[in-house]
Amino acid sequence: MTAIFKDHDKGAEPGGKWWMSRIAIYTALFFWAVICLFPIYWTFTTSFKLAPDVMRGNMVPWWDFTPRWKGWESIGFSPRLIGEVSTVRDEFLKRFWNSTIVSLSASTLAVVLGSLAAYGLSRFNYRFGFMRNSDISFFFLSQMILPPVVLALPFLVLYKSLALLDTRIGLILLYTLMVLPIVIWIMRDQFQSIPIELEEAALVDGLGIWGAFLQIVVPIALPGMVAAFILSLVLCWNEYFFAALLTATNSTTLPVMVASQTGSQGINWWSMAALSAAAIMPLILVAIFLEKYIIKGMAAGAVK
Amino acid sequence: MIEGDLLHTVTRDHISDQRKLFGKLLVWVTALFGLSLAAWQFAYETGRVEGGFDTWRPILYAYMLWATALCASQVIVNGEKGKRTLFVLPAALFVISLVVFPLLFALYISFTDWNLASPDGPQPNGWANVREMWNDSFYWNALINMVYYVLAVMVEYIIAFSLALLLNAQIRARKFFRVVFLLPLMLSPVAVSWMIGKSMLEVRFGPISRLVREFGIEPSFFGTPEIARFMIMAMDAWTFIPFMMIMLLAGLQALPSEVIEASKVDGATGWQSFKEVIFPLMLPVSVTAIVIRIIFKLKLADIIITVTSGGPGGATDSVTSFIFREYRDRSNVGYGTLLAIVYLILIIIFVTALLKLVSRWMERPS
Repeated sequence: MTAIFKDHDKGAEPGGKWWMSRIAIYTALFFWAVICLFPIYWTFTTSFKLAPDVMRGNMVPWWDFTPRWKGWESIGFSPRLIGEVSTVRDEFLKRFWNSTIVSLSASTLAVVLGSLAAYGLSRFNYRFGFMRNSDISFFFLSQMILPPVVLALPFLVLYKSLALLDTRIGLILLYTLMVLPIVIWIMRDQFQSIPIELEEAALVDGLGIWGAFLQIVVPIALPGMVAAFILSLVLCWNEYFFAALLTATNSTTLPVMVASQTGSQGINWWSMAALSAAAIMPLILVAIFLEKYIIKGMAAGAVK
Repeated sequence: MIEGDLLHTVTRDHISDQRKLFGKLLVWVTALFGLSLAAWQFAYETGRVEGGFDTWRPILYAYMLWATALCASQVIVNGEKGKRTLFVLPAALFVISLVVFPLLFALYISFTDWNLASPDGPQPNGWANVREMWNDSFYWNALINMVYYVLAVMVEYIIAFSLALLLNAQIRARKFFRVVFLLPLMLSPVAVSWMIGKSMLEVRFGPISRLVREFGIEPSFFGTPEIARFMIMAMDAWTFIPFMMIMLLAGLQALPSEVIEASKVDGATGWQSFKEVIFPLMLPVSVTAIVIRIIFKLKLADIIITVTSGGPGGATDSVTSFIFREYRDRSNVGYGTLLAIVYLILIIIFVTALLKLVSRWMERPS
């Protein structure tokens, strides 16, 4: 049986060349994995170091330094402080809460508005004045090239007169605007891949357009919506520019808190490391558990 | 884009004249209400009327009332057709009110000498801001830096493509590597600028500085303009390479496998089949990824603001970070906005030209 397929010795078993390419591929993979992981490893280990460990350049916990809770104590998280009242922890939790609320609401709003618009554009023919479907799509997608600086200063003045400066609602509106084109881009792709016959059947069965959309299309497009939602969440959580300009005390988000500490000199690296680690932790967890959706979202526009 | 309704609906809509009138009235009444409220508030702020509101917030509510009325009247007046409009209208209203109005407002501010520190408020000053911009060497310098930053995208593209090819090869633990390679994209630029820019590249104790010192070179990462700019590029690349990588990987996985196998049967070596088959087939995806990455790159600011604030001597400034400081340090709203508007016009010209230039590569070769 095997002899039939074995017409040449070279094809039979992996030769030296095959091993070479294996080794090259895995070396490259591990090399890049180290590049990706080392800064994260460094941040997490540094948050458990003390000044002498930092100065001596110790890297491996329990082997060349003993982990201490000092860094985490500076934001109020350590076995000793966890039961007590701590102002630094309240401060941190307030920022964390702001970030959570702002990014969750902005992403939800963007996914709702964006999905509706994308569905309409992929199914119906519109004419608003001279604008046709392709023009409307272009209008939405072109918002992507709008740099934040152009809007920042007018919004600063506008928000001041609307009393929206330093409020979460102000940030939510801007973040929604920022991620809306991306959501529309992903969702338009998703809806175009859903066969229209499904909705036609629903219409025949007596559902209205909105009924068909909500009961038939939304459940099918849900994975795509989750993908768009998570991608928006990542962008909103990490946004710094608008948050730095438009918030001061009440509604500052985590990136602003991290940035405001970097100015301080000296080597209290442990507290900075703990703060950074706490700020990036949620998204690292998102990446590990919801990686499938992130990839789906980013791949949506690339492949037609 | 397909023209014509894909989803045909035939409905008998009997909309009475009364109903139509009611729908139109609803829009006009709320619009008039909002406008008169705005006029009243304007008169109050300019001191012509006694009573008024502390802020413009009520006018915002009136505007939202009008927007809701407009959406509702679509259904009331147009029936079934209006229900279709209702899909797009909320998003369109949202974007128009948050982009078009502020842009018009920005256009007005950019021709005033408005400084938040001055008590007079905005005074139109004609072309003075434009003249100031013309002589502002720091702004031109920032624009030139943007050219460098955009060119760096090509290097990122090469690395991202290699990584995508690696992930697409026959390897074990593919999911592990994919998650690991994706991680940098999840991190906020501000956290990255501390993790890498401020601690790992720190001259005395940073691990990279130690490594460089091992090679006998005295580390100085943000001292000279070229190295500082390179470091900013590297940090930005570190965060955003996964983005291009994922798009290219999706493209690679969607390639028709028969074509690649056919090229192997024809005796093409790995490099040949890449150059003659894979790369040409990947061209549309590559161009899309590069264009989107360039668009993101044009907004680059966070890392620069937090790591170097433009130094040394403006060598790492991007336009956004420059305008950010123009506002933060000097409260120069009028001049800063003009710079931003000019940047927007340049971006629109550049991106339009870019899209025209690459559009013939966006189509899949037959």
